[in-house]
Amino acid sequence: MQCALLVVIVLAVQYLGSNLAANMKLVGITPGFGFLNHAANFQIGESVIPYQAGDSYGRAILVGLLNTVKVAVAGCILATIVGVALGVARLSTNPLLAWHVQAFVEVVRNTPLLLQLFFWNAVLHGLPGPRQALSPVAGVLLSNRGVFVPGIETDSPVIAGVVLVFALAAVVFLAQGRRIGLAASVAGLLGAGAWGLAHGATVALELPRLRGFNIAGGLTLSPEFAALLIGLVVNTSASIAETVRGGIVSVSAGQWEAGAALGLKRLQILRLIVLPQALRVIIPVMTSSFLTLTKNSSLAVAIGYPELVSVLNTTANTTGQALETIFIMMVVYLTLSLTVSVFMNAYNRRWKLRENAR
Amino acid sequence: MKPLSSARMRHWLGASAILVAAVATALPAQAGSVLDAINQRGKIKVGVGTSPGFFAPDSNGKWQGFFVDFGRALAVTVFNDAAKVDFTSSSPQQRLPALQAGEFDILLSGVTETITRAFKLGFHFGPVIFYDGQGLLVKKSLGVTKGADLDGATIAIQAGTTGELNIADFFRKSGKTFKSVVIEDSREFRNALDSGRVDALTQDSSDLAIQRTQLARPDDYVLLPERLSKEPLAPAIRWGDDRWLEIVNWTVYATIEAEELGITEANIDSFLDTSDPVVKRFLGIDKSLGEAIGLDPKFAYNIIKAVGNYGEIFERNVGKNTKIGFDRGLNQPWSSGGLLYSPPFR
Repeated sequence: MQCALLVVIVLAVQYLGSNLAANMKLVGITPGFGFLNHAANFQIGESVIPYQAGDSYGRAILVGLLNTVKVAVAGCILATIVGVALGVARLSTNPLLAWHVQAFVEVVRNTPLLLQLFFWNAVLHGLPGPRQALSPVAGVLLSNRGVFVPGIETDSPVIAGVVLVFALAAVVFLAQGRRIGLAASVAGLLGAGAWGLAHGATVALELPRLRGFNIAGGLTLSPEFAALLIGLVVNTSASIAETVRGGIVSVSAGQWEAGAALGLKRLQILRLIVLPQALRVIIPVMTSSFLTLTKNSSLAVAIGYPELVSVLNTTANTTGQALETIFIMMVVYLTLSLTVSVFMNAYNRRWKLRENAR
Repeated sequence: MKPLSSARMRHWLGASAILVAAVATALPAQAGSVLDAINQRGKIKVGVGTSPGFFAPDSNGKWQGFFVDFGRALAVTVFNDAAKVDFTSSSPQQRLPALQAGEFDILLSGVTETITRAFKLGFHFGPVIFYDGQGLLVKKSLGVTKGADLDGATIAIQAGTTGELNIADFFRKSGKTFKSVVIEDSREFRNALDSGRVDALTQDSSDLAIQRTQLARPDDYVLLPERLSKEPLAPAIRWGDDRWLEIVNWTVYATIEAEELGITEANIDSFLDTSDPVVKRFLGIDKSLGEAIGLDPKFAYNIIKAVGNYGEIFERNVGKNTKIGFDRGLNQPWSSGGLLYSPPFR
């Protein structure tokens, strides 16, 4: 029976494939990925790696992919922080706080994300022009061309990278409360910095200022990126808040009471007893929130952030290789999703093991 | 073979259903010619855009506009009934794949004819019905007079148009730089200029002229006289149905020929007793031509009766007396210095 099914499926795939090939031939489209090496004669608004019109389609697509990864990673991290805070606040004994969070969650979860993106885009475009940019703090400029913050300019990116890694490690150790690790990474940070300066590396603070039509210098967040990031974070944090709330509620009241009996404060009970148990319920659902956020980033085409789908659409349009670009899109999103899943499942197993060991 | 348990049976049925659905949906792409499909359906499916003057529904929900009138003219040629046509708007990004996939019989959405679209997308183009060029719409207060002044500026481009390539070429050629913001949604595209997010919009100048009228304060903006590219806007159809292509060609030519002969919607009946053999053949008073080509001998007469000649279509929708107020420019008969030229009806 199963063999017969397999044969039928193989035949069907073959039939559909040949049908597709015949139809493509009929309209004169040659399938293949040769176009990836051809020159892409269009400009991309923002890029992590250097890109200019005339570079290959492959590079243009990589630019789009990196833009997607950029917004997805930043979005997942921020959405988790905001979402967990909201989820805990939703259970607060302060009714005013709990109601406000509930109202926020209901509004966000019951309106379409695309509409929210248009809203945030309109808000950011409503900021004054570059010549009248708002400057809430010295060195930070808010305008409808983007958010500009001072950047650090250095001529030795390797040392800068090492310093950055130590800084990240320090933050992680600080969060976990491991004093030895913290001390070691701070020492490493200072050591690397001092070594760099001693060997002639220059570090300069670069302030954004008006030049020609735009503000130049420092680090820039484009309004489209900011709108997309805010939209995705707000949207996803609402569902994460609900997940966290559900997870906490799933821990039986007896655990709270036991903690209280031991003389722990409410926040201590939450951090030491309830959250570790709630995480078992929260993590798998959170994984799907992260996946949704990553895939939702493709809605950016509507507001003009040049992420993967936007670049691939342009590619399909100028080369005519629509099928190949859709294939690339599928492979990339599948890979991104599976990567997120693998990480989250590994994290999930860690919490599960602890549970079994108890 | 083991008897199937009911759960496995359900799986099996589910798989078969998916299979049947997949094969069934794959079939229509292979079946018959476009013209057969149109005749069977009793209607022509036309893809258009959304710019008042070119294509937009009026207050009664009826589609109106320059390109829409050519869609009606096609319905007259095929069915002798200007109403037998369905217009559907499609974004610049979606329209080309939609035509490839057979969602439309023809695109009358201001598609620029290019060699890539002809060979790589597999499109035939009918006669150019609007000669356009890419322009730049900027705020007057910037004091910009030509494209080269926009060095370092931020420019919005609508996704899925040839404009994306033209503007990059333009700045590369002049060694200047710009920042692009590629936006798919038409309203967001316009808002980007309105809110000051970008310094300029670039797009076919006809479209920009229309977009300008939709801005909050149109008089604050100016369309630069410079043209960055040639944008011949033509009807686009899929490869594979030669007769459909000829019907598109000669429907457009009929409106051009009528203008050249001085035949209008109003005066056409006064030509019915003419002795001019050219006019007699054109209007089907002499039936031999129509019989020979297998079309209604009076198809040109019917088209002019229904939508008027090219000049009338132009003036009614986008001409000097409309809100849009275009000059005829290149879009007038060759005999008056334009580029419109119809091959002979003989």
